[in-house]
Amino acid sequence: MYAFREALAAFRRAPVLTGLSSAMVGLALYVVGLFGLAAYNLELALSAVEERVQVAVYLRDDARQSEIDLLLTELAAIPEVRSVTFVSKRDALERARTELPEFGELFSDLDVNPLPQSLEVELRPGSRTPAAVEKVSAAATAHPFVEDARYGRDWVDRLFTLRRIGAATAAVLGSAFAMVAALIIGTALRIAIFARREEIYVMRLVGAKNSFIRRPFLVEGAMAGLLGGLLAWGLTYGTYRGVYSFLDFEIAWLPPSWIGLGLVAGGTFGAISSALAIRRHLREV
Amino acid sequence: MIKLTQVSKEYPRRGYALRDVSFHLKKGEFAFLTGHSGSGKTTTMRLAHMAERPTSGEVRVSGYSSEKTTERNVWRVRRRVGYVFQDFRLLPNRTALENVAFVLEVTGTPKKKIVPAAQRLLAQVGLSPKAGAYVHELSGGEQQRVAIARALANEPFILLADEPTGNLDDRATRGVMDLFWDINAKGMAVLMATHDLELVRRYPLARVFELDQGRLVYDSAEEQ
Repeated sequence: MYAFREALAAFRRAPVLTGLSSAMVGLALYVVGLFGLAAYNLELALSAVEERVQVAVYLRDDARQSEIDLLLTELAAIPEVRSVTFVSKRDALERARTELPEFGELFSDLDVNPLPQSLEVELRPGSRTPAAVEKVSAAATAHPFVEDARYGRDWVDRLFTLRRIGAATAAVLGSAFAMVAALIIGTALRIAIFARREEIYVMRLVGAKNSFIRRPFLVEGAMAGLLGGLLAWGLTYGTYRGVYSFLDFEIAWLPPSWIGLGLVAGGTFGAISSALAIRRHLREV
Repeated sequence: MIKLTQVSKEYPRRGYALRDVSFHLKKGEFAFLTGHSGSGKTTTMRLAHMAERPTSGEVRVSGYSSEKTTERNVWRVRRRVGYVFQDFRLLPNRTALENVAFVLEVTGTPKKKIVPAAQRLLAQVGLSPKAGAYVHELSGGEQQRVAIARALANEPFILLADEPTGNLDDRATRGVMDLFWDINAKGMAVLMATHDLELVRRYPLARVFELDQGRLVYDSAEEQ
């Protein structure tokens, strides 16, 4: 309780200084937030594209139902496969009519249905790689009643490369930003603690326990971090709204779990930085 | 009591600040620690409240040995020792009363007892009328009195004072010295470091230690 009262008192006694450190924490986390927003949307976009990675296994017209069922079971048993759907000739035609209305007349005038029956294989998220697609298609084409298996090889390769570049960039830039943020937070709190070194000195001198001395600073650091986190949240959201109105395509706002994580990270960073910064002063007397 | 046994203190760059110093200050004694600047007075004072540890030898403060007391536990020693500086080291932006109350608060005095206890301590040093004054509104002598009240807050068995009158004029010095003697008369030991021999001569009842270049060259108790 003393720790909370003291931390609040510190905010009251030096509002400019604590305000400044919160603002610095806020700005540092704002940069992280913006990056997170960009990374999150890139991730969403890539996932949406990847959602369409599937293998179409075209079957001969004379394939027997028992053979098809067998292949269906076989393909569904591959670990990377999420689902296998059978598309009959009629289904294929129906779909072609609705999806390609410009050919509507052409399809309706047909005496014979030229579209093949097929199996549509969808892959699990995380398994939409060139290797997995290759594996599925190899398993399918091994059967004589399979005409062909298509998946747009170049396209999958490129997507996969893009995804890897994206992940690497996110990891490198993300940790660089986080490190800069941590340094800024540490410095800001160091200044705040430096301003109170006389107090720490006196506390040590008159026999306050180290844990007792440390506690209000930890609370203060956590509060500054949390406040900074809230500020960063506000700034990032403001920027999001601002940018959103200029764009002619949808971008998503961060999921609550990311925001929660950001706030917790701000508070934790604050407390840890304080603990590190205060160690030096606890050794002075 | 404070007991130094063959204490040496060496600093990495400055060399020896103290060499083979031994003395035993007993309960209730009043002693001056004299010597030129750089003779090791401040080092001795810092050793006496374990702000420093000896390079060799042992310092014992009220039963706590410098060899066994860890940094974590040093607070136990500090609560048995009051400390007064030449430059007072009061917290600015706080009143006289708040400065004294601060000590009581951070050493775990129950909340209800803090203000009455702080008021009593200020009364003891004759500063009750100035309890609400901020530090910068007080004279040097008054500030030192607040510092003394603060040092007494934990009811220590000894008061360590490092050049406490160094920044004070003659009248304020006499006031502070009278206060030390009052405190000593109630049974608390006082060890006061000063380079002012004139001042030491005014109090022939006190024990006198003299340091010279880190060595203890004179102890009035051993003369007799």
